[in-house]
Amino acid sequence: MTTLPQPGHADGQGAFRAPFLSRMHEWIATADHKKLGVMYVTTGLIFFLIGGLEATMMRWQLAVPGNTILSPEDFNRLFTMHGTTMVFLVGMPILLGVANYFVPLQIGARDLAFPRLNAFGFWLFLFGGLLLYFSYFGAQGLYGMGSAPDVGWFAYAPLTERTYSRGHSTDYWILGLLVSSFGSIATGINLITTILTMRCRGMTLMKMPLLVWLMLIDAILIMIAMPPLAAAQVMLLFDRLMGAHFFDPQGGGSAVLWQNLFWFFGHPEVYILILPAFAYVSEIIPVFCRKVIFGYPLMVAATVSIGFISLGVWVHHMFALGLSPMVNTIFMGSTFLIAIPTGIKMFNWVGTMFGGKIRFDTPMLFSTGFLAMFLIGGLTGVMLATVPFDWQVSDSYFVVGHFHYVLFGGLVFSIFAAIYYWFPKVTGKMLSEKLGKCQFWLLFIGFNLTFGPMHVSGMLGMPRRIYTYHADRGWELWNMLSSIGVLIQIAGVLFFAWNVFRSLRSGKDAGADPWDAWTLEWSTTSPPPEYNFEEEPVVHSRRPLWDLKHPEDPDWKYE
Amino acid sequence: MPSLAMVSSCLLGMALALPALAADPPICADGAAPSPTMFAPRSIPAQKILDVSWFVWGICGLIFIVMAALMIWCIVKYRQKPGDDTEAPQVYGSNPIELAWTIIPTVIVFVLFLVSARTIFEIDHTSPPPDSLEITVVGHQWWWEFDYPEQGFVTANELHVPLTRDGKSVPIYLTLESNDVIHSFWVPQLAGKTDVVPNRINHLWLQPTMTGTYVGQCAEYCGTQHANMLITVVVHEEEDFNAWVANQQADAVNDPSVASGRNLFLQTSCINCHRIRGTVANGTFAPDLTHLMSRSVIGSGVVANTPENLSTWVYDPQIIKPGCRMPSMKLSPEEVKDVVSYLLTLK
Repeated sequence: MTTLPQPGHADGQGAFRAPFLSRMHEWIATADHKKLGVMYVTTGLIFFLIGGLEATMMRWQLAVPGNTILSPEDFNRLFTMHGTTMVFLVGMPILLGVANYFVPLQIGARDLAFPRLNAFGFWLFLFGGLLLYFSYFGAQGLYGMGSAPDVGWFAYAPLTERTYSRGHSTDYWILGLLVSSFGSIATGINLITTILTMRCRGMTLMKMPLLVWLMLIDAILIMIAMPPLAAAQVMLLFDRLMGAHFFDPQGGGSAVLWQNLFWFFGHPEVYILILPAFAYVSEIIPVFCRKVIFGYPLMVAATVSIGFISLGVWVHHMFALGLSPMVNTIFMGSTFLIAIPTGIKMFNWVGTMFGGKIRFDTPMLFSTGFLAMFLIGGLTGVMLATVPFDWQVSDSYFVVGHFHYVLFGGLVFSIFAAIYYWFPKVTGKMLSEKLGKCQFWLLFIGFNLTFGPMHVSGMLGMPRRIYTYHADRGWELWNMLSSIGVLIQIAGVLFFAWNVFRSLRSGKDAGADPWDAWTLEWSTTSPPPEYNFEEEPVVHSRRPLWDLKHPEDPDWKYE
Repeated sequence: MPSLAMVSSCLLGMALALPALAADPPICADGAAPSPTMFAPRSIPAQKILDVSWFVWGICGLIFIVMAALMIWCIVKYRQKPGDDTEAPQVYGSNPIELAWTIIPTVIVFVLFLVSARTIFEIDHTSPPPDSLEITVVGHQWWWEFDYPEQGFVTANELHVPLTRDGKSVPIYLTLESNDVIHSFWVPQLAGKTDVVPNRINHLWLQPTMTGTYVGQCAEYCGTQHANMLITVVVHEEEDFNAWVANQQADAVNDPSVASGRNLFLQTSCINCHRIRGTVANGTFAPDLTHLMSRSVIGSGVVANTPENLSTWVYDPQIIKPGCRMPSMKLSPEEVKDVVSYLLTLK
């Protein structure tokens, strides 16, 4: 391996440690994309623990039929908060955080285009999340009705109208999401501008790392999908606080309108969450297979087409709504269509592994787990797109199983892959491989045990969002298995927490490039200095460090 | 990574074991509810859905097997050998291969689309099929109202339908309406679900092929007691159905031996919400009680309709179904006994 030019900054950090308050001030007042990235991901992981705790309580309640651990109201609050938390306060901040940190590094820029807008976005997200959780204390208002919202994460009207949801819990839900969605929109715009205008010399669009491509499309989707959500939230707020009737059927409003507006956001949102997962594994798989990504141009084309098609599939959440057969058929078609570019991506990743020399370090282990889980989640997605089958299992546990395979087996596994991959870059310390592998296997087994049986209970007629069920329905075994799986997953997460804690204190030094990787972030120190690169990098291919390490056989000869 | 391969093959095994689930569940002779499984269809639309589902599962299963096998093979075959730290040969892509795995999925998806579209148009009727029996279903928080306009009565929570009319198999055409929020009518053995949406009229069609009792429940989250908004559908032989209809059409029994309970019922605010035909009780907000004892369940299926459960319910419904719309009427134990003995006569 060739030694790389390093900025000479690493010294001086240990020698002087600023007092606690000024370090805090530095974090709070920062507009540095790396600090904000770390703050995003850390906050996301804390919310992940909270959301996981909520899920654990639900699985405890559902472990046996007729359980009375939780009251119906508490259970309904838990699944609402769990869903809202995982989508808006875990998925979104982590993907924005990773993009914040690594998009500028991968394109050889010093920061995002609008650093202070970036900080503003983070604080909007954080306070939006805190506002949502403050509902547990503040939402009772004068009515003494309810605390946290209990309307489900997609909050179908008219259940959210004042008639059916008294007190202020739904108002907190609306305001929390409204505030944090503005943060996401701001960061989306920021990412687009950065990627389009701040790439280093030589980096044409088709020489960008795939992570940058995927985050570009992701940011565009955020910019298109989030405003309808914000608009719908404002309309709902008008309904609740000012007596408007947008979604109130008793006043001539439409319950279907909410579903259209929500899912016009909601389905692109699913792709907003999964494209970053694609991004992380598209970076990790080639490095650990020691092979260039297979079919880069097709990967880019697939990404762009997923972005396009994802804007036209939202009605597949509404197949049971009683729309006309023609509407259902058309949206079934568009949903099937999106399976094609997604399939291409799967094939290209496996094509990258084929003929490689695969190193199963923890990031690769999680990426492989992602491939397997996402394969299952993708195929159950094709099944759900089939309207007649969807009529049976829509809103059942089959759907719960399906989207957890996509968002947990897909997104969360890839997030862990990304954390194991980039933690050394961010902190300068390696995470323990041994603990990492234990975590992977616990999580992998626990995950499948929890969410696999849900497909079965769904096909056996178990609807989602029920706080209890009768013993005679044939669902006991599957629910018990799901609940046992949760215990194994908790063990996995504890291993992760211990691993991070231990590595921060006494981890092995990482050096600039522990994985022998190829993108620009590995050419600077770990952690990178505030200015990222000592001099602006110049690239000639998609893998600038490959070119450096293999001057006899550089990439640009083949691209 | 042999263990990864092992786990993957376990997953594969689980997927292949799926057909085992399709075995019919035992039909319970004593009327106890069997599992509401989509694998035991007892109605034409449910059967059509299952048929097309097998086709989709077959194709998806094949894709899964091929992809999983490819992955496992790569994982096993292309692990880095110990001591080998050279780079793999760099392959940047291959147009013919990439073209192949763009076109083949496109063809598969196209076939899936055509087959499913045919089933959609077979099942989804916007107007009633000829000779169908029409029933209106109204979703309430958290119970079901069943309105038989042709026969002229309203009942709750238990849908009764005939297997045949005049000896011929008959489609049942349900009109779905909601009184408050969105619900969803789902009895997997009879048909797929259709949402029950306020200010919107939806339809659902089923055509039973076997007598029996089928269970289902509301499938769209509708508030506190969503979990206990259960559905029972009883498919009768023709003559049994006609007898049931004749009984439902009659006004409530007026048994003088329970006059005190009857008077108590009619004097309290029970009558604001409940209807008992033939009395002044004329409410429509809650289930019609005219023939309460002809139903096997109370509280929309939350418990069996036994005298003990009924007493508890009348004393305080919140014990059985916390959060439901019926409050405790604060009756004394004697009053509860009186009211329940009256209700028990409403055959």
